[in-house]
Amino acid sequence: MKFLYLVASNLRRKKTRTALTLLSIIVAFFLFGLLCAIKAALAGGVSMAGADRLVTRHKVSIIQMLPINYATRIAAIPGVASVVPQTWFGGIYQDPKNFFPSIPVEPAAFLDMFPEFVLPADQKQAWLNTRTGAIVGRATARRFGWKIGDRIPLHSPIWRRNDTRDLWEFDLVGIYDGAKKNTDTSQFFFRYDYFDEGRLPQAKGLISWFTIRVKDPAQADQLAARVDQEFTNSDRETKTEPEGAFAQGFAQQVGDIGTIVTGILSAVFFTILLVAGNTIAQSVRERTEELGVLKAVGFTNELVLALVLAESCLIAALGGVLGLGGAWLLTAGGSPAPGLLPTFYIPPANLLVGSALVVALGLVTGALPALQAMRLGVAEALRRNA
Amino acid sequence: MFNWLSQIAAVTGANLRTLPQRRGAAIAAAVGIAGVVAVLVGVLSIAEGFRRAMTVSGNADVAIVLRSGSDSEMTSGISHEDTRTIADATGVARDANGPLASAELFVIINLPKRSTGTDANVPLRGVSAAAFSVRGNVALTAGRRFEPGRNEIVVGAGAARQFAGLDLGKTIRVGANDWTVVGIFSAGGGVAESEIWTDAHVLQPAYHRGDSFQAVYAKLSSPAAFRDFSDALTTNPRLSVKVVRQSDYYAEQSTAVTSFIKSIGVVVAGLMALGALFGALNTMYSSVAARTHEIATLRALGFGSGPVIISVMLESLVLALVGGAVGASLAYLAFDGFTTSTINWQTFSQVAFAFKVSPQLLVRAIVWAAFIGLFGGLFPAVHAARIPIAAALRET
Repeated sequence: MKFLYLVASNLRRKKTRTALTLLSIIVAFFLFGLLCAIKAALAGGVSMAGADRLVTRHKVSIIQMLPINYATRIAAIPGVASVVPQTWFGGIYQDPKNFFPSIPVEPAAFLDMFPEFVLPADQKQAWLNTRTGAIVGRATARRFGWKIGDRIPLHSPIWRRNDTRDLWEFDLVGIYDGAKKNTDTSQFFFRYDYFDEGRLPQAKGLISWFTIRVKDPAQADQLAARVDQEFTNSDRETKTEPEGAFAQGFAQQVGDIGTIVTGILSAVFFTILLVAGNTIAQSVRERTEELGVLKAVGFTNELVLALVLAESCLIAALGGVLGLGGAWLLTAGGSPAPGLLPTFYIPPANLLVGSALVVALGLVTGALPALQAMRLGVAEALRRNA
Repeated sequence: MFNWLSQIAAVTGANLRTLPQRRGAAIAAAVGIAGVVAVLVGVLSIAEGFRRAMTVSGNADVAIVLRSGSDSEMTSGISHEDTRTIADATGVARDANGPLASAELFVIINLPKRSTGTDANVPLRGVSAAAFSVRGNVALTAGRRFEPGRNEIVVGAGAARQFAGLDLGKTIRVGANDWTVVGIFSAGGGVAESEIWTDAHVLQPAYHRGDSFQAVYAKLSSPAAFRDFSDALTTNPRLSVKVVRQSDYYAEQSTAVTSFIKSIGVVVAGLMALGALFGALNTMYSSVAARTHEIATLRALGFGSGPVIISVMLESLVLALVGGAVGASLAYLAFDGFTTSTINWQTFSQVAFAFKVSPQLLVRAIVWAAFIGLFGGLFPAVHAARIPIAAALRET
């Protein structure tokens, strides 16, 4: 412990350099945190998918509709616990830029199916009682400053309303929170009966996809095949897959972009670390003479090694904590682009990786100069700058 | 004045000649800046490539007619009768076969991506005979056009590259129908290259569309004819349509994705630039520190502080430009022409495109590098000029 003073005064000896090195490490880890949050958001719903849930859609593509009466046939298949139909509404609030997903559902069955959406009991009751009622997630409510009781008009380019105004109006009866941090709370849900009543005659009874809960997750794959078999050779064949695969499919549609962006950025992260590492190493090399003096007055090789490593690790740790902490604070403030990045948080696993990188940075940048310092012959070190 | 310039030249020359002695620090600073530039160019080349794919096909003299209230072809619908009215409207160009207007259907089918094997939404477009003349830039690179009335498709070059099963002569099964690939076409790198085309009249029954379409593409007699054409349709009480220029239509669809990628690119590269700036500052401070003695000697000999400041900044600028050039070339080699595809949320379908490292992008990156270099040199340069001469000369 008594050597800490020595380490600290070494760091203080060129304050500008220490500060600059520290700042570049802070920037690197801040960037790392930010990228992890972006990557997690682009991966989307994959991590929040339920293992016991399947998604059934039209085989040709998700834009082709399925009749809602398929729900009865699916529910009759042994092993199916429940079925919830959902539809892509594509609602626009004032301007297309204000995008958030909007989906008509049957409230009771829907809330049972998705326990990750947490809605207070009285708000749930209000939703069951209000035909025009809708609920929205915390993120979107905050984004537009909506309160319970607000009347929300949405225009849908997909679903025209059977009146001349062509505008869908909803009463906000509830605001739900996510059970977990990675729950997407940007979606807007409203009642299917109100939706079906309002749309054009030829569009009635059509939905986009079914979410199915299976009784035994181990049987999920067989059950998915069984559901598709039920509709083989029908007018509208289906494709059923686990919710995770369905979400993964969506993330893959956004494509290699996510991978490419992370690839580029990790390269950059390491570039900055290289620069910072070089500075740390250089500052140790400059002190060869002093290290020789320390050894001459009786510091052991191991102690010199430890001193140099402690210095590099201290600066890495300080920079890492401040950088990751800054990124964490930023993500706690919510998503900067809620339409494209519905969730915005640093997954705990990435925080662990970040911490590991902090330690690795300290050890790697310190190791080479520390070893050199350890092997240094006293006489040679003292002679160097003469 | 001449004396002043020759002083700058002398000091800068000495600085640059001694660079090899400070190799480690100099390389670290240049690498940092190379990283910034490579990232900036790399990320922005994605946005630029996507924007180009979306806008290159947009002709100012082609109009798209959609149902009023719809935001894309996907959500539009137009009856057969209305497509006739539209084709005969004023302003539409004509050739020997009649008006250059194509009534089209736009649906999505799932095909696996070649790269990942996962399903992707691929646009399948049913077109009329005039579609090729309306677009103007669509040319077959292999095979032939589909024959009207048959289950044949021609595939855009981008789609053929990105999605499995779209090879010439192969058959794909969609729903209850089999489609044979009889041709591959190019469209100047534009968004049409991501699509599959077939005869609209074959697609209608396959998708239960009766005799309706989703959009009419019309070639106008000139870009200026747009206003007359648009007015004629929107004031027609029997039609409920909106008219957009093809160029505006695609430009608007590309803004969400490109501005998203651009802002990520600029924020991240900006942060990196900050990191690289600290690296450059460090390098230049130590470079000045290592030459305290020499700088003080020059000052004692009568060199002004101006030449000292400028020479340090020039050294930093040279390092930054070398780093910037390396980063920009690496980014160019790695990213230019790299093909991929992503989803266009407006139509819910895939767009295949190639990354584009444009000259403007390279210039912009070099400007960034120059700024980092100048700022990285400024404070150390001022510091160097303020070195107390007597004290510095006395130091060993």
